Amino acid sequence: MENKLVVSSSPHLHCGVNTREIMLDVLIALSPAAAASALLFGWRAAAVIIVCVASCMASEYISRIVLKKPQTVGDLSAVVTGVLLAFNLPATIPLWQAAIGGVVAIVVVKQMFGGIGHNFVNPALIGRIVLMASFPEDMNRWAAPLQGSLVVDGLTSATPLESLEQGGELAYSYQQLLVGIRPGCLGETCIIALLLGGLYLVVRRVISPLIPAVFVGTVFILTWLLGENPLVHILSGGLMLGAVFMATDYATSPINPAGKAVFAAGCGLLTVLIRVYGSLPEGVSFAIVIMNVLVPLIERATRPLPFGEERRLPKWLKR
Amino acid sequence: MNAVRRILRFGTGVRTPHIKNTAERETAVMPLPERIIIPMSQHVGAPCVPVVKAGDTVEVGQVVGDSQSPISAPIHSGVSGRVVSITELTLPGGVKTAAVVIEPDGEQRIHPGVKPQKVESFDDFIKAVRASGLVGLGGAGFPTHIKLNPPNLKDADTLIINAAECEPYITSDYRECIENPADIMSGIQAVMKYLDIKHAIIAVERDKPRAKAVLSKLAAEYSAAGREIEVKSLPVRYPQGAEKVLIYSCTDRRVPPGKLPANIGCIVLNVASVSFISKYLKTGMPLVERRVTVDGSAVAKPQNVRVVIGTPIRDVIEFCGGAKGEIRKLLMGGPMMGLALMDDQLPVLKQNNAILAFLNNDVLAARQSDCIRCGRCVRACPMNLLPPSIEAAYRTGDTERLEKLSVMNCMECGCCSFVCPASRQLVQSMRMAKGEFRKAAAAERAKAGAGQKEKPAAANSRTEGGLKDGE
Repeated sequence: MENKLVVSSSPHLHCGVNTREIMLDVLIALSPAAAASALLFGWRAAAVIIVCVASCMASEYISRIVLKKPQTVGDLSAVVTGVLLAFNLPATIPLWQAAIGGVVAIVVVKQMFGGIGHNFVNPALIGRIVLMASFPEDMNRWAAPLQGSLVVDGLTSATPLESLEQGGELAYSYQQLLVGIRPGCLGETCIIALLLGGLYLVVRRVISPLIPAVFVGTVFILTWLLGENPLVHILSGGLMLGAVFMATDYATSPINPAGKAVFAAGCGLLTVLIRVYGSLPEGVSFAIVIMNVLVPLIERATRPLPFGEERRLPKWLKR
Repeated sequence: MNAVRRILRFGTGVRTPHIKNTAERETAVMPLPERIIIPMSQHVGAPCVPVVKAGDTVEVGQVVGDSQSPISAPIHSGVSGRVVSITELTLPGGVKTAAVVIEPDGEQRIHPGVKPQKVESFDDFIKAVRASGLVGLGGAGFPTHIKLNPPNLKDADTLIINAAECEPYITSDYRECIENPADIMSGIQAVMKYLDIKHAIIAVERDKPRAKAVLSKLAAEYSAAGREIEVKSLPVRYPQGAEKVLIYSCTDRRVPPGKLPANIGCIVLNVASVSFISKYLKTGMPLVERRVTVDGSAVAKPQNVRVVIGTPIRDVIEFCGGAKGEIRKLLMGGPMMGLALMDDQLPVLKQNNAILAFLNNDVLAARQSDCIRCGRCVRACPMNLLPPSIEAAYRTGDTERLEKLSVMNCMECGCCSFVCPASRQLVQSMRMAKGEFRKAAAAERAKAGAGQKEKPAAANSRTEGGLKDGE
């Protein structure tokens, strides 16, 4: 048996969970909302999801080959990005545009910065923002839900937040908002499905409930203080999708609990500022992306205290 | 405040698989091997120097190695026989040390120096413990006479006996609780008496109800007014038995970084160590044998074995029915913190509580992939450190940042690597980072006189790490 013993660093046990399994859990958590989108917006929603996923996976696969790095398409993170990108698009979007969004998300935002874990902003959100800037008309043509097969023209209607922005009356009941019977991005409307997915992720300990809770809580409190209807604010727009699935993205959110809380509160604050005072009806994507950029600073400021150390007060507080 | 801390710390550590195959098997006594190999470094501190030479005759309990250094412990022979040679040996961990090789003659003549100890004062007690050669039997191997004699001993009010045994597979401390509870109790009494400690806590994990029952029954018997012995069951959570974690679980006190348990009034001893103290006081037989758990998928008959220290590991495995197949991984210690061996000729050491041997299909390690920043390691770390940041700071050679991240607080318990979905070798990085930090600190000290100060290059850890790390 000479020289056949494997010598490696401790520990010699592993819990058995790998990246792929975590991504699979996220996909399972996304599936209720995906199913809801197909029910609400028809086959066109399913087509957008499939195109986005295919585009993301192809981008990941080709990027890794071109960059001469180990293949990572099998870790399923590109699939997650694809589904999330699709969730952030209207069901009526031309499919070739959706495909471009996938390429931007994976190639520009993720792989050019080193691949999984190294991107500093959320790939799906940048994909959406680039599409919004490039194809504003297509990105703002909302189909009304439950119309059977979609006829692209003639069926556009305002989202709840758009009608609020324009000073109009809310045309949807809370029940409709919860179930998702309202125009909007294809994955954002069915709040119940999103909450179900979030619950699954929390139970499986894939995400901490801290970010969604603080994000939604901040929006609720601030809109209430500003005299808006807080329930409408948390039930419409992309808030729930953003809070549960986008702001909790590992690579672009703080790694420590205190940092997570600060990050989520910032997301909530910026969302409300954009929604209430900005010229855009919706601000979740921009809020998250701005906070993504601040993550290294937040982490530095909220470094957890090592066991047994006492918190050192800053000098100006010591007096 | 402590309640809040407790909630915040909920979830630190990890849940390791509950594998304790050997728990309910009686300890077997192994016959003498053909030769024993006694390395001169079986403890933390200065290695011993052989005091015998090739050709000498030795007896059981005779000193074969000793040192003048304050942090050290003498080493004794566990057999009577002839010293064959003094060789050099590479210990797991890479340290080279002298080793005394003895061929037993089978007579087991006992050295005349072995006799019951007369102990009347604290100084006698510490001298006796030193002479016994005792080191921490739980795996750390720190000389016990040093542990019992900290600079601020008079502040110590609590003796904690570590019977948590949180590593999977290992059951040697559990067997000590079941087989020798009276020795444990009288050992505790002795320590409490000579160190003047009022309160002792025996810490057991909740998954060992039998040990708890046995110890609780005796604890009441051995307690006296002002010398109270208490048995505490703790949640089953790795690394419950790590000294700082154990102290916190038992007393709500936290050892500050770089400080000793005695700084917060605690003395911690392993349960087998304290039991040995009582046996030594009674018989005067120094530490020459110990109980070792032999287990793992490659071992035909897993069990606890009482072996003479210095017995080659190959012989111990042979005694346990031999290997079931080709051994691909051989560990000294538990699967979370144990050292992988290169050679099955190495002997059992004083602090060696387990020998684990695994077959091929248990050692295939997953390929390391990029950190996804899931934060599981951060959640698991009992010391509240940030393993990914330390890894990145180490890779960019940023020793200033390593200091800010309190790298020296890491006790290498293995929780971070255990949970990492990217299978990153975080513990290895921590270890290297600690080495790097020590080196930098030493260089800093050396330079301090010359007044030259070189700043290590600061670098953006996230992007730099990302571009460099392709594997």
